[in-house]
Amino acid sequence: MAEAEKRHPVTIEINGTRRTFEVESRKLLVHLIRDDLGLTGTHIGCDTSQCGACTVEVDGLATKSCTVLAVMADGASITTIEGVSPAGSALDPVQTAFHEHHALQCGFCTPGMIMSARQLLRAHPDPGHDDIRHGIAGNICRCTGYQNIVRAIESLVAKG
Amino acid sequence: MIPAAFDYVRAGSLAEAMNLLQRDPEGTKLVAGGHTLIPTLKLRLASPALLVDIRGIAEMKGIQVSENSISIGALTTHAELLVSEPLHQVLPIFRQAANLIADPQVRNRGTIGGSLANADPAADWPAVMIALKAELEIASVNGSRRVAATDFFVDIFSTALEPGEVLATIHIPRPATGMRFTYRKIRHPASGYAVVGVAAGVAVTGVAADVSIGVTGAASHAFPADVAAKFLVGKPLSRENIEEAARLQSAATECLSDRYASAEYRASLVRTETRRALLALA
Ligand SMILES: Cc1cc2nc3c(=O)[nH]c(=O)nc-3n(C[C@H](O)[C@H](O)[C@H](O)COP(=O)(O)OP(=O)(O)OC[C@H]3O[C@@H](n4cnc5c(N)ncnc54)[C@H](O)[C@@H]3O)c2cc1C
Ligand code: FES
Ligand code: FES
Repeated sequence: MAEAEKRHPVTIEINGTRRTFEVESRKLLVHLIRDDLGLTGTHIGCDTSQCGACTVEVDGLATKSCTVLAVMADGASITTIEGVSPAGSALDPVQTAFHEHHALQCGFCTPGMIMSARQLLRAHPDPGHDDIRHGIAGNICRCTGYQNIVRAIESLVAKG
Repeated sequence: MIPAAFDYVRAGSLAEAMNLLQRDPEGTKLVAGGHTLIPTLKLRLASPALLVDIRGIAEMKGIQVSENSISIGALTTHAELLVSEPLHQVLPIFRQAANLIADPQVRNRGTIGGSLANADPAADWPAVMIALKAELEIASVNGSRRVAATDFFVDIFSTALEPGEVLATIHIPRPATGMRFTYRKIRHPASGYAVVGVAAGVAVTGVAADVSIGVTGAASHAFPADVAAKFLVGKPLSRENIEEAARLQSAATECLSDRYASAEYRASLVRTETRRALLALA
């Protein structure tokens, strides 16, 4: 067992800054982000890969961080909601669109939803209504009924 | 949820992964995308002593389309299969099926090899692999062997993989001219997996010259719908013949029953989905 609990060094680039940690093999990436880095904008909703509240970008790809081991992220570049618009800078266009279209109520799903919206718009600069629904299928919102989230994303398409 | 403790090592090559597996085949688990294994570890339904991370093994990645065949590294993600243009040109069924698997985040991590090796009776790729007559290249310290997709799925979560073996590459013969494929599924409303999914391919030259169908979700493992295929070969692909082929297949299939779907309901879906898939190709 002692060997099983051996710790491993993990170096990640988090929101542009390189950091090295010693982690237990079983530590989840979301716990590294929230507990060790104090970046609590990334949420834990279901803890079972369903809700998307824990979504971050790993090497540019939207990823459910509750379903990745921290050791598996060694060498990766990670962006969390805090890195989308660092303190003091203007909001990201996706954040502004969510704000303007009232695309959040309690806000619990919002950080993950924004990460998925960013990926959708990168992969698909001109998504239709169905593409948007399909693109946020990995994120659950219990408040808004999705209508205003879809409207917010649609507004970014209209702006080009 | 926190998994029980285990040790972790990253394999840099297929040879290294095979050697690491060899030391303690029962206590070691490979991890690819981790999108089936990590939830299982968190629920403590599995507690391996060692995880061997194979995600970085370059020789197990990528899609190669050549004149006679298509090969796909086991580590290729669902998202990579979805966007690949060269693959879409020869086999559009890949984009169609990948789009029906899980959600964007899961598709970014989950791999086709992980899905096949896991052999969830409701997973989507197994049906597609059977319809495409794929051969799975399996490697171990004892050498490599190829198993037809039809023989690979043995039972619920059980495959032809022996302890110590790695699924390395998927080989698909390039379909004969005129052969077209489609995949459709009835999604479980909560999990998104297939309650029943059908991948079908036909080549029609006046009559159905070639028919190949894979079914998932219905039984304890994905299987080829040979009853329907045999009935159709040599006959016109008419609505009546398709209806009859689907009916015969449904009657011949021993279906699973669970809290969501009874065996009778699944049998009915085998009939409906087989019919709809074939009609889409008629
Ligand atoms: C929310 C959610 C929804 C999903 N929905 C669907 C769906 O609709 N349809 C569907 O088909 N799937 C679905 N999946 C499953 C998903 O596609 C998984 O990613 C996939 O089944 C497993 O791939 P992986 O790379 O994540 O495998 P891992 O979790 O890394 O591994 C799974 C198992 O396979 C073994 N393994 C992995 N790779 C190899 C290899 N190369 N050789 C030998 N053994 C290997 C591992 O040891 C492990 O036992 C869903 C998953 C989640 C979390
Ligand atoms: S907390 Fe990760 S998907 Fe819900
Ligand atoms: S705003 Fe409350 S869950 Fe989405």
